[in-house]
Amino acid sequence: MSSIMRESHIMKIHYLTALVAVGFVIIHIMVRVTQGFSNSLEFESVIANYKSIPYAVVLEAMLILISVHGFNGLRIILLEIKQGRVYENAVTYGCLAAMIILIAYGSRTIIMASMGMV
Amino acid sequence: MTKGGALPKGFESPSDLGSQEKYEEVKPSSKTMTLRISKFNPDKDHAPTFLEFPVSYEKWTTVLDAILEAKNYHDHSIGVRYSCRQAMCGSCGMNINGKPRLACFTKISELDSDVVTVEPMNNFPLIRDLVVGFERMFSTHKRIKPYIIREDSEISSGTKEFLQTPEDVEKYIQFSSCIKCGLCNSACPTMAADSTFIGPQGLAQAYRYIADNRDQGKDERLKIIDERHGIWGCHFAGSCSQVCPKGVDPAMGIQLLRGYLLGYRK
Repeated sequence: MSSIMRESHIMKIHYLTALVAVGFVIIHIMVRVTQGFSNSLEFESVIANYKSIPYAVVLEAMLILISVHGFNGLRIILLEIKQGRVYENAVTYGCLAAMIILIAYGSRTIIMASMGMV
Repeated sequence: MTKGGALPKGFESPSDLGSQEKYEEVKPSSKTMTLRISKFNPDKDHAPTFLEFPVSYEKWTTVLDAILEAKNYHDHSIGVRYSCRQAMCGSCGMNINGKPRLACFTKISELDSDVVTVEPMNNFPLIRDLVVGFERMFSTHKRIKPYIIREDSEISSGTKEFLQTPEDVEKYIQFSSCIKCGLCNSACPTMAADSTFIGPQGLAQAYRYIADNRDQGKDERLKIIDERHGIWGCHFAGSCSQVCPKGVDPAMGIQLLRGYLLGYRK
């Protein structure tokens, strides 16, 4: 990542994803509290949420923002623990790959649920 | 003394003058404390040991004075680096009762302890006893180009002195007080984990030159610090600013530098 992008650009993304994710999490929590906590965790209620396109978009945005922020944070922590060119490249590209896989798998779940395939 | 034992005019003792004024007698406090010095030679020893010496001290006695007393009268082999004895050279940095301090600038009386333990600074390679290697810090300092970068010069013909207003100087002057003692790097938690981190000393000096309006090397320096183990490694613990004996605030310098990289400072 950082061989492709300058570290300051990555950190701008890091800070921005954190701020925007907080906004989406607030929306998410506010939607949950309108239903009552026990009702909101009912299977039918959860599936119904995915079928609401705006809500599915909120979930997808949260998935992307938190994955980008989280995996970059993990990369930063791992780079601080140990140094070395091979290790650093492995950590950087490993975190990037893990982030893409998680977003792809999460997006697949959101899309399938919203299309009624679950 | 003048011939016949009489003192010159102005040097008479109070009794000579016949006045009631008396010199205040300085009474030594003669307190005693235990000085514990870490002894370790990486070439010979397996683990550090502590030597203990009883040292009497006055309210003005510094830790360096105590170490030198132990070295002069008890154990000549104690390894300690020092030079100016007035917090200017930055040679005698060490951990004193667990905190990085200059030994010449720390009075025993202000430590408020009967036991004073001195150890080598953390985050530096140990040479022997209290002496650590500064190679990494000096090479990092050199890497951030600690000098004014610009095409023209004050000594070129046709140019004048580069004038600065007091406001211009105020932006960087505190960072010019750095004596490269390494206490900030020793206190930094990121330095403890990341062996390639630039460190608060280097970053504060990068800010010192970037903030100087005579300098034109901002982009060069920002490129150097904007890397994996550069400025973003700082977690803003602030311990660097806590321990600086010269009142420099490297933590603030680092935050101001981030402003340039994030685009809200020009």
